[in-house]
Amino acid sequence: MAEKAGVVSVRTERAPSRLLLPLVVVAFLAAMLAWLGLTQFLNALTLGAVYALIALGYTMVYGIIELINFAHGDVFMVGTFVSMFVSGTLLKEKNGIEDISALVFGLVLVFVITIAVMAVIGALIERFAYRPLRKAPKLAPLITAIGVSFILQNAVQYFFGPLTYNVPQIFPVTWAFMVGETRVPLLNLFVISVAAVLMFVLQLFISRTRTGRAMRTTAMDRDASSLMGVDINRTIMITFLIGSGLAGAAGVIHGLYYGNTNFTIGFASGLKAFTAAVLGGIGNTAGAALGGFLIAFVEVGAVVLGFSRWGGAVVFSLLVIFLVFRPTGLLGSSTGDRA
Amino acid sequence: MSRLTSRLPAPLARLAARLTTHFTSHRSQGIFFAIVALGILLPILSRVPPFGALQSINAWTNAFTIAVIYSILAIGLNVVIGFAGLLDLGYAAFFALGGYTYALVASPFLNIHLPFWPVLIIGAIIGAIFGVLLGAPTLRLRGDYLAIVTLGFGEIVPITLLNADKFTAGTIGIGGIDKPNIPGLYNFDLTNPWPFYILVLAMLAIVVIVVYRLEDSKIGRAWEAIREDELAAESSGINTTISKLQAFAVGAAIAGFIGVFNAAKLTIVAPDMFGFVVSVSTLSAVVLGGMGNVVGVGIGAFVIYLIQSVFLKQLSILFTQLSIPILKDIDFLQFQYVLYGAALVIMMLRRPQGIFPARRRHRTFTDATGNSK
Repeated sequence: MAEKAGVVSVRTERAPSRLLLPLVVVAFLAAMLAWLGLTQFLNALTLGAVYALIALGYTMVYGIIELINFAHGDVFMVGTFVSMFVSGTLLKEKNGIEDISALVFGLVLVFVITIAVMAVIGALIERFAYRPLRKAPKLAPLITAIGVSFILQNAVQYFFGPLTYNVPQIFPVTWAFMVGETRVPLLNLFVISVAAVLMFVLQLFISRTRTGRAMRTTAMDRDASSLMGVDINRTIMITFLIGSGLAGAAGVIHGLYYGNTNFTIGFASGLKAFTAAVLGGIGNTAGAALGGFLIAFVEVGAVVLGFSRWGGAVVFSLLVIFLVFRPTGLLGSSTGDRA
Repeated sequence: MSRLTSRLPAPLARLAARLTTHFTSHRSQGIFFAIVALGILLPILSRVPPFGALQSINAWTNAFTIAVIYSILAIGLNVVIGFAGLLDLGYAAFFALGGYTYALVASPFLNIHLPFWPVLIIGAIIGAIFGVLLGAPTLRLRGDYLAIVTLGFGEIVPITLLNADKFTAGTIGIGGIDKPNIPGLYNFDLTNPWPFYILVLAMLAIVVIVVYRLEDSKIGRAWEAIREDELAAESSGINTTISKLQAFAVGAAIAGFIGVFNAAKLTIVAPDMFGFVVSVSTLSAVVLGGMGNVVGVGIGAFVIYLIQSVFLKQLSILFTQLSIPILKDIDFLQFQYVLYGAALVIMMLRRPQGIFPARRRHRTFTDATGNSK
C-alpha cells in the first residue's frame, strides 16, 4: 500500500472490552424492544439485516482497496431483480409455497442463484472497471464507481422499465405465531436468521481460512503481503465476490420481506448501508453489521416518532455527525486512522 | 498561432500579433470578447442546415440559455474539484439554495417581490454561507469521506425542501417566480428568450473572469498546491483549512448565483429539480471537459446539455419519422444516464485528464503514487 510519503500510519487497534460490547448491545436491544414494541422491533431487525449485509460489502471493499464502491447499492438493487427473476420466472411462483420441501428447494435455489449471479457481476465490475485503476489516484476509481452505478441502474431501467415490480414472496407471509397479543411472522425470524448465519460464516471465513487471512493481510499492507506470496489480484477479486454475493443475499431478503423492487432503490439503500459501515468503523466487518442494525433502529424510531418523511435526512445527518466527530466509527478499525 | 499568422498579409498579421499580445496581457477583455463572439455565433450556427432543421430559433436560444446555466454550474464545481481537488457530490444543493432564495423572495408564494438583481448577490452569499457551514466541520476529512458527506448534504437539502412544505410548498414547488426587470428600461418577457440569453452570457463572462483571476491569485496557487500535495502545501505555510473553505465557498457561491437565474428563467423551483442526478451530470461535465480547465468544463457541460436535451430527443423523432426499423423504437432519452455512466468509466480508464486537459493539472492523474485525492 503506497503510503503518503513521510506519514507514519499509526494503527491503533482499539479492541473494545470483550464483555462490554455484548452487554451494551443486549441493553440497547432490550430498550428498543420496550420502546418500539415487538412488531416494529422485528421490522427494524429485518431492515437491519438488509443494511448489514449491504454494509459488509462496502466495508470489506473499503478495507482492502480503500475504495467507496458507489455501485454497491446498485449491485444490491440488481440482486432484487435477479431474485425476482428466479422466483417469478424460473419457479413460476406468485405467492408463498406452503409445501415445506418445495419451499426449501425454492429458497435454496433463489438464494444460491442470486448470490452466485451477483458475485460474478461484482467480480466483473472489479476486473474491468476498478482493477485497471488500482494504481491511479483515488478520485479516478471513485468517479468510475459512480459511472458503474449509473450503468447498472439504467441497464435495469432499460430491461424492466421504471415500474415498481412485485417480487414473489415465496416464504408464506401468513405463517406466524402469537406472542401474547402480538403476531410474530415466521418470515421475519427466517430472514433475520439467514442474515445472522451469513454474517457468522463470513466471520469464520475471514478469521479462520487461508483466503481470509490473505484478505486481512492485503488490507493491512498490500505490498508486504504480495512479497509473502499472497496473490493480490485473486484476493481482491474474492473480496468483491463475497461482498457482492452478500448484497445479492440482501436483495433476496428485501424481495421476500417487502415484496417489491424498483430500479432506484439501490441509491438510498446503498447510502444508508454505507452510513452503517462508517458508523461501525469502516473496514471492520463486525462493526458494519452492528451499524446496519443501528441505522435500521434509527430509521424505524423516526417512523415511530412520526418523522417518517425525515428518516433519510436523520440517517444522513447521523453520517455527517459521525464522520466529523468520530471518523473511526463505533468499533474503530485498521483503516479508520487514515480518515 | 504563428504558423497561422505567417500566411496572412502583412497588415493583418501585424493586427493579429497585436491582438494576441493585447489579449494575453488583458485576459479579462479577451474573455469578454470571446463570449460576445460566441453569443453572436451560436444563434447563427443554429440556423445552419443540420441544426436549423431540428427546432425553431427561439427553442435553440432557450436551449443555449439552459446549456450556459449548466456551463456556469460546471465552472463553479470545477473550482472545488478541479482547482482544490475536493470531491463534492452534493453540488446541486447549493444550486437549489440559490433557486429557493429567489423563489421565496420574488413570487406570489410569500407575496414578497424583491427585485432580481440584488437577489443574485444574496443568492451567491447564501450559497457561500452554506458552503462554509458544510465545509467547516467536514474539510478535515480525507477525500472520499468528504465525497460521502457532501453526497449526504446533497440528499438532505432536497428532502428538507420536500418536507418543510410550509416554507417551500413541498413537492409542487414554488411557481410563478418573478422575471428580472430593468426598472424603467425593459421588462423581461417569457415569450422572448433573447434577453435571458444575453443575461446568462453576461453572467458567464463575470463568472469566467472571476474564476480565472482567482486561479492566478495567491488563493488559486494555494488550491493548486493543496491539490497536488496537501502535506507539502501545509508545510509551506498554507493554511489548508482556510484555503479549502475558500474553494468550497467560491464554488457554492457560483452555484447559488446561477441558481437564482435558473429560478427566474424557469419561473418554478421544485425539489426534484435538484437531485443527485444534477450533481452527477455536472460532475460528468467537469470530468469530460477536463478537470481544472475552465473553458474545457464549460464546453463539456454545454455539449452534454445540448446532446441530452436536443440531439437525443431529435434523434428519436427523426428515426420515428423515417420509420427506420429497430432504431425508431428506441427512446434515446432513456439512454442519457447510461451515456453519463459509460462516459465517466471510459474517460477514467482511457483519458482521465479529460478531453481538454488542464495545463497545470499534473499529478492528479499522471502520478501513480499520489494516493490522497
